[in-house]
Amino acid sequence: MTPAAVAAPPDACLHCRQPLGSTQVDGRFCCPGCASVHALLQSQGLETYYRLAPEEGRPAPRPTGREYADFDDPLFWTRYGRELPDGTCAIDLRLDGVHCGACAWLVERLPRVIPGVESARLELGRARADVRWDPRRTSLGAIAVQLDRMGYPPHPYRADAAESADEREDRAALVRLALAGALAGNVMLMAFALYSGELASMSPAFRSAFRWGCLALTLPAVFGPGRVFLRGAWAGLRARSLGVDVPVSLGMLAGLIAGLVNTLRGVGDIYFDTVCVLVFLLLCGRWLERRQRRHLAKVGDPLQTLIPTQARRVVDGEPREVFRDALRVGDTVRVLPGERFPVDGEVASGRSEVDASVLTGESRPQPVGPGSPVFAGSRNLSWPVDVSAQAAGEATRVGKLLEAVTRDARQKVRVVQLADRVASVFVVVVLALAAAVAAAWWSHGPSLALEHAVALLIVTCPCALALATPLAVGVALGRAARRGLLIGDGSVFERLGTPGQVWLDKTGTLTQGRSRLVVWEGPEALQPLVLGLEQGSTHQLARAFREAWTCGPETPSDVTHGPQGVEGTVAGRRLRVGAPAWILPAEAPAWWSGFLARAGDASPVAIEVDGELVGAAAFGDPLRPDAQQVVDALRERGWEVGILSGDYPAAVAAVGAQLGLDPARCHGGLSPEDKLAHLEATDAPTLMVGDGVNDALALSAASVGLGLRGGAEGTLTVAHAYATRDELAVLLDLLDVAASARRTVRRNLKLSLGYNVLAASLAAAGWISPLLAAVLMPLSSLTVVGSSSQAGRLP
Amino acid sequence: MSVLYLLIPLALVLAAVAAWACVYAIKSGQFADLDTPAERILWDDEPVGR
Repeated sequence: MTPAAVAAPPDACLHCRQPLGSTQVDGRFCCPGCASVHALLQSQGLETYYRLAPEEGRPAPRPTGREYADFDDPLFWTRYGRELPDGTCAIDLRLDGVHCGACAWLVERLPRVIPGVESARLELGRARADVRWDPRRTSLGAIAVQLDRMGYPPHPYRADAAESADEREDRAALVRLALAGALAGNVMLMAFALYSGELASMSPAFRSAFRWGCLALTLPAVFGPGRVFLRGAWAGLRARSLGVDVPVSLGMLAGLIAGLVNTLRGVGDIYFDTVCVLVFLLLCGRWLERRQRRHLAKVGDPLQTLIPTQARRVVDGEPREVFRDALRVGDTVRVLPGERFPVDGEVASGRSEVDASVLTGESRPQPVGPGSPVFAGSRNLSWPVDVSAQAAGEATRVGKLLEAVTRDARQKVRVVQLADRVASVFVVVVLALAAAVAAAWWSHGPSLALEHAVALLIVTCPCALALATPLAVGVALGRAARRGLLIGDGSVFERLGTPGQVWLDKTGTLTQGRSRLVVWEGPEALQPLVLGLEQGSTHQLARAFREAWTCGPETPSDVTHGPQGVEGTVAGRRLRVGAPAWILPAEAPAWWSGFLARAGDASPVAIEVDGELVGAAAFGDPLRPDAQQVVDALRERGWEVGILSGDYPAAVAAVGAQLGLDPARCHGGLSPEDKLAHLEATDAPTLMVGDGVNDALALSAASVGLGLRGGAEGTLTVAHAYATRDELAVLLDLLDVAASARRTVRRNLKLSLGYNVLAASLAAAGWISPLLAAVLMPLSSLTVVGSSSQAGRLP
Repeated sequence: MSVLYLLIPLALVLAAVAAWACVYAIKSGQFADLDTPAERILWDDEPVGR
């Protein structure tokens, strides 16, 4: 190990290199999770990880401590696994917490850690690991447990049909590009010989041989890789919409046919090199755009990210981990605090609080007890509960909602791009020009007239026009992705062209989406005592306390958790932390009413030491720090801003008033369908920003839907754009990138049309030669490439 | 100069071999993941597996 790797700052975690907080373990690790991963790596001789990991560190995911018994379920195996011919088993797993090359190194060391694992390969981009093992020597459950202990909790990765089709199309596009490049390169070599031969009086035999050689390579270029343009043009003609493929095919075929005829005749010009380079350059532009927009498709099964794959089925009072699909209606399922409910059902026993904000947008935890309905996808916050299942898998409420959303998204019509609209006018103009040129030159002989008309068709072939949009969009998409903004495709930029209505979700979008300590009243010396009392608790308030304070906890003893709060002895003092009604003396101290006024909407908690009320805290879901700034900036740009939320109308109105929004545009208490109705009632372009499944319908129905990180990943598949940065300011970045992309597309279109006017005038005057065409066309394309490099730059 | 009649087809055959190799590489998925191999090359050689 090099000394540089050891020299982490003294107050940083030895494993993840993040600053130590209140959860630190003996001053070396930021949390028990990091400590256990570190110990595991030490014992397995895998310290190289720390040499490869980035200096600045990244928050590492914690081992979950799951048993992964569901991974050994035969149902699980038939659904996700595959058997190889040599008797080994293979599966694709998606790993949480993969962020750099060191993670790939560590995961690929798996065969050293578990005997029986044959190989493990990790693909960083998708955090997908291909693991192969010998079923006689180890089991998938054991592998999963080991990956979890390393800090990479695994999930089954199921490539759906759309994704594998996309992957096949990616490969086909790359094959086309490679073939077109090889053909264009060789045709250019031979064309070079022809051009220089004209100056040095090449023998007719060679000249004819080179012309036939060019023809022999151009035919496969046009009908092989170039077939996509012909097919696109044909589809466009049948649908009576002239896209950019139509003029491209026109120029391509004109060049091919004229060249074919002239090669057979042995006289006249050939444009084979221009045609081949055209095909190659156009494929380059399209591939670039395609490569940049792939990001969004890599999501996988949205339901899977919301409903855990494992569940704890209770049989004869004993909980056992089973695979989600093995659950049946009527089963009793135990759900621990911090876990998501795997089924819709009714609480059979136990009391707890449930965070259903992903489903409903309600920010306050809901208390549940025997008989209360609970829904798959919502999170259990406080205590273990047993649930009697009434619906599982796709039959759950969230399953049905997601199904409706994905069905809607598939029916969506693609918007017509600006370049396509320009192209349809372009075709008509070029055809009219060609006819006019032929007519004007007719008196000089039909063959000369035809030659000039064909030359016009070829040189005006809108290579630059066809490249204008894909290049600008591709560059802008790539630039946005590097800023943490994944955009589905370039039509998003066009749809953000005119300001309209922005609808923001409240919980998790405008606000931070989780309970935080917002008001604190009491002496600072009290904090270590409270942290001590809450130590080890998974209760959401305990977490909020730990996040708010950095001091170390005192050691607690005989802690008891009750429905009203926690009590116990910490450092020799008797502490009670809980509901005000439980703790507040008959006569509240004078400061209490002032505290309540400051707390406002937030939920109060009282703190008592040795029988005396000494402190209080209030928990709420505060606005994101940048919310006000983003709302102001949106209005400055002419967008109307409103809120669509499933939370109580009063809570929504309070947030709206805080941000200075028009109360008529702040809607609360909405179901997913209500949100959809609001979007459909808006005529202007709509930009919806949300993070939960309850926003998914609205996200897919909006002109542009932006999903935020930290919310349910199910929104990913339906949103048009997705932010990997957990900040609201990405919304402004989206608008900036879109504006810049649109500016670049327009500039590209002007450049390419300018070139076409020049080329058309030269052709009309009869000055176009194959050499001039071969120089002009790539030149115009290069101009567009240069101009596109500016796309997506932020001011 | 008539050697060109031999050399040009020969060059084209070579080009075809190169194109075939490229297409083979694409189809076997060697271009599917461009991020991890860039990292993998930096790891020290060591025995993997037992």
